[in-house]
Amino acid sequence: MLRLEARPQPSKLMSLLSPVLALVLTALVAALLFLALGKDPVRGLGIFFVEPLSNLRQVSEMLLKATPLITIALGLAVCYRSNVWNIGAEGQFLLGVLAGGGVALWLTTQGIVLPKIVAVPLVLLGGVLGGMAWAALTALLRDKFNASEILVSLMLVYVAQQLVNYMVFGPWKDPAGFNFPQTKNFDASTWMPNLLSGTRLHIGFVVALVLVALTWVFMFRLFRGYQLQVGGLAPAAARYAGFSASTSLWTALMISGGLAGLAGGMEAIGTFKQITPHVSTGLGFTAIIVCFVGRLHPVGIIFAGLLLSMMVIGGELGQSRLGLPNALTGVFQGLLLVLLLACDTLIHYRVRVRSALAAAH
Amino acid sequence: MLRLELIGISKQYPAVRANDNVNLKVQPGEIHAVLGENGAGKSTMMKMIYGAVRPDEGEIRWNGEKVDIRNPQQARALGISMVFQHFSLFDTLTAAENVWLGLDKSMKLPEITQRIAQVSKDYGLDVEPLRPVHSLSVGERQRVEIVRSLLTSPKLLILDEPTSVLTPQAVQKLFVTLRKLAADGCSILYISHKLDEIRELCTNCTVLRGGKVTGTVDPRTESNASLSKLMIGAEPPQLQHKATKAGEVVLAVKGLSVPKLDQFGSTLSDIAFDVRAGEIVGVAGVSGNGQQELMAALSGEDPRGPAGSIKLFGKDIASHSPRRRRKEGLHFVPEERLGRGAVPMMSLSQNTLLTRTEAVSGSGWIHSGKVDLLAANLISRFNVKAGGTGAAAKSLSGGNLQKFIVGREIDANPKLLIVSQPTWGVDVGAAALIRGELLKLRDAGCALLIVSEELDELFEIADRLIVIAQGRMSPSIPAAEATIERIGEWMSGLWPAAGGGAPAMPAAASANPTGVRHAQA
Repeated sequence: MLRLEARPQPSKLMSLLSPVLALVLTALVAALLFLALGKDPVRGLGIFFVEPLSNLRQVSEMLLKATPLITIALGLAVCYRSNVWNIGAEGQFLLGVLAGGGVALWLTTQGIVLPKIVAVPLVLLGGVLGGMAWAALTALLRDKFNASEILVSLMLVYVAQQLVNYMVFGPWKDPAGFNFPQTKNFDASTWMPNLLSGTRLHIGFVVALVLVALTWVFMFRLFRGYQLQVGGLAPAAARYAGFSASTSLWTALMISGGLAGLAGGMEAIGTFKQITPHVSTGLGFTAIIVCFVGRLHPVGIIFAGLLLSMMVIGGELGQSRLGLPNALTGVFQGLLLVLLLACDTLIHYRVRVRSALAAAH
Repeated sequence: MLRLELIGISKQYPAVRANDNVNLKVQPGEIHAVLGENGAGKSTMMKMIYGAVRPDEGEIRWNGEKVDIRNPQQARALGISMVFQHFSLFDTLTAAENVWLGLDKSMKLPEITQRIAQVSKDYGLDVEPLRPVHSLSVGERQRVEIVRSLLTSPKLLILDEPTSVLTPQAVQKLFVTLRKLAADGCSILYISHKLDEIRELCTNCTVLRGGKVTGTVDPRTESNASLSKLMIGAEPPQLQHKATKAGEVVLAVKGLSVPKLDQFGSTLSDIAFDVRAGEIVGVAGVSGNGQQELMAALSGEDPRGPAGSIKLFGKDIASHSPRRRRKEGLHFVPEERLGRGAVPMMSLSQNTLLTRTEAVSGSGWIHSGKVDLLAANLISRFNVKAGGTGAAAKSLSGGNLQKFIVGREIDANPKLLIVSQPTWGVDVGAAALIRGELLKLRDAGCALLIVSEELDELFEIADRLIVIAQGRMSPSIPAAEATIERIGEWMSGLWPAAGGGAPAMPAAASANPTGVRHAQA
């Protein structure tokens, strides 16, 4: 007979093993799914987990996709550790695309050619401010009216999407674009500098790694970060210590909104180099999974970001090579998260096999 | 024939052997005390008798027959009834409806109401069946619980720390009831760590320490010292209470009125008192009479106190945040250790940072080496048993965590230390250590305000006593002049008016019409 028994202390080892276990289980379920779809499971798994690592181009694509995921997830980790449930990183990301891309578009249409070292930071600053502004709406409604930040931030995603649509179908539509809903291509002076010639990988990946270090410092070395986490773990203790709950709320949302906006700015001038209605591919939602698979830890988020990016690329390859449905990537991501949460039970509990003898006592 | 017998009962939990080869014999009609410190295994033993937990080894005999009690329903069917420390009553229902809910449905509500009245009369338990529970005092709620148990005509009634929520007068009333019950043949298991009560009430006593029975004695022939020796293995250390002269006024509270936040809270009305340097002022009162609200207002967690109502060294701090008050020398130990005084999941080092920011630089950088050092010092100075500075707060026992938290605030050299329930759920040894440290702090010239529901504790360490009842504060009385009876009376809200001689019916009671009865109950 199996039964769960509470551990006296949460297990550190299980906390690290749980994502690995969840990944293995996800792969097993994935294999079953491939079988059910009438595909070779070995080949299917290969496309998801081996092919994205097979050559430099694929690897660079994986790092490229991981960049916004890591950047957004870092902000979300700060938020979730503060017990602020920002589900709307996608919306903040889109506002980053709009604001950052808007700066780039304005420079382009005005014919202003700045040196890259000025133009790129300017665009990214726009992205950060855009994301922050969008997150500020959530913070304001939560702070003043005690509205659920989960619902508000989530609903604002759909508003943000419509805002993008409005801009590219309306005021920002490229006059020379044959009526396609898209902006002009940004001037090359505003593009993210390339990191690896011959690939699309830009220095955004380095920026993300620097942000990992900065977030780590913020979380574990700065008193402000400590205050946020106390507020998240034990609100009454934060009140007792005198840490302001509303300051924590705002700090958490500004950081995560700012980082999601930065990711949006980097995508606008690093990957798309224009704005279309399709700039959003659900990165802000995938980043939530990255954040949890990465154990809300900056270093964990690097690995989780790479893993989820691999799954996204695997999904695209699966579509072209095996004719798998696009939705499969989403299914795998969802599976991974659900299985992870299930495996997390083992952090606080252990499985005991009770022998018939002991049961008889 | 014995009513209940436990033979060689053991229960192993993952980290601790809660009961180790425990024996217990209860005669019919006997009031049998189970004495032990927190964590000695009393609760586990009761849970096994009540069927909530099953023993790993050993045998339970009920009226001489071996029984296997699988669940509380079965225990009740046998005639075992339990009144828990935390009541399980629905606030919005009446007393009778609550009792009805707990019984099988063969009886109609009017019948129940009538039986409650009967039982109340037989055993001197005042319960008004038709009053909603939320309007009842804690003592009255306890009586509802007891009446509910009695309607099942139990052969064994288990009471878990029943007096912790009662005034001294209400305790006497409860004892009368219990003696009557025992005289009618009902056995009573009385769980407590209060030696005086056990010696007064019980005719037999089983003492537990570390999960083992250390003695079965007749408490009437024992002294407090001999009982506590059985309970903790040593006599409690004696405290030195030096006479000192109180200095300047450190904390002056005047006109502190704070409306309650929710319907079950207390409204503070026109609270006034002061605390001087080098003295301990004790706040007595039945729980739920405004202590929590007063603490929150003084600590700054509830900043709604009117301007000028709280002064520290003559400076108005009513609108200051807890952090600012702490910088000005006011430190506070809350009654909830986990979740308020400490973050359960965080390490002791990290919990040090909660109120001790010496190791944080002006730019907000945490010098973790310094934090660890500070935590290590606290652990050794206050004899905290923990797995090092990295141990999570929730991994500590209640007593050790309390030593850590109290130590953290004492070590900050406060000018005013406010402590709520300094030794709640703490074992005797740790309690003595904490009280000793508080006295040392007083001798060093710190002003202390201590809220406690244990009158003995207040009499032991306080220089002056004040009483809080229904959100109002009594005048202060030197501890040397106070008696248990007098303080007990004041705990009901009946204290002499400030200037006059006649006892004042509190004006504030009008805000809370049932208030006076609550405290009396």
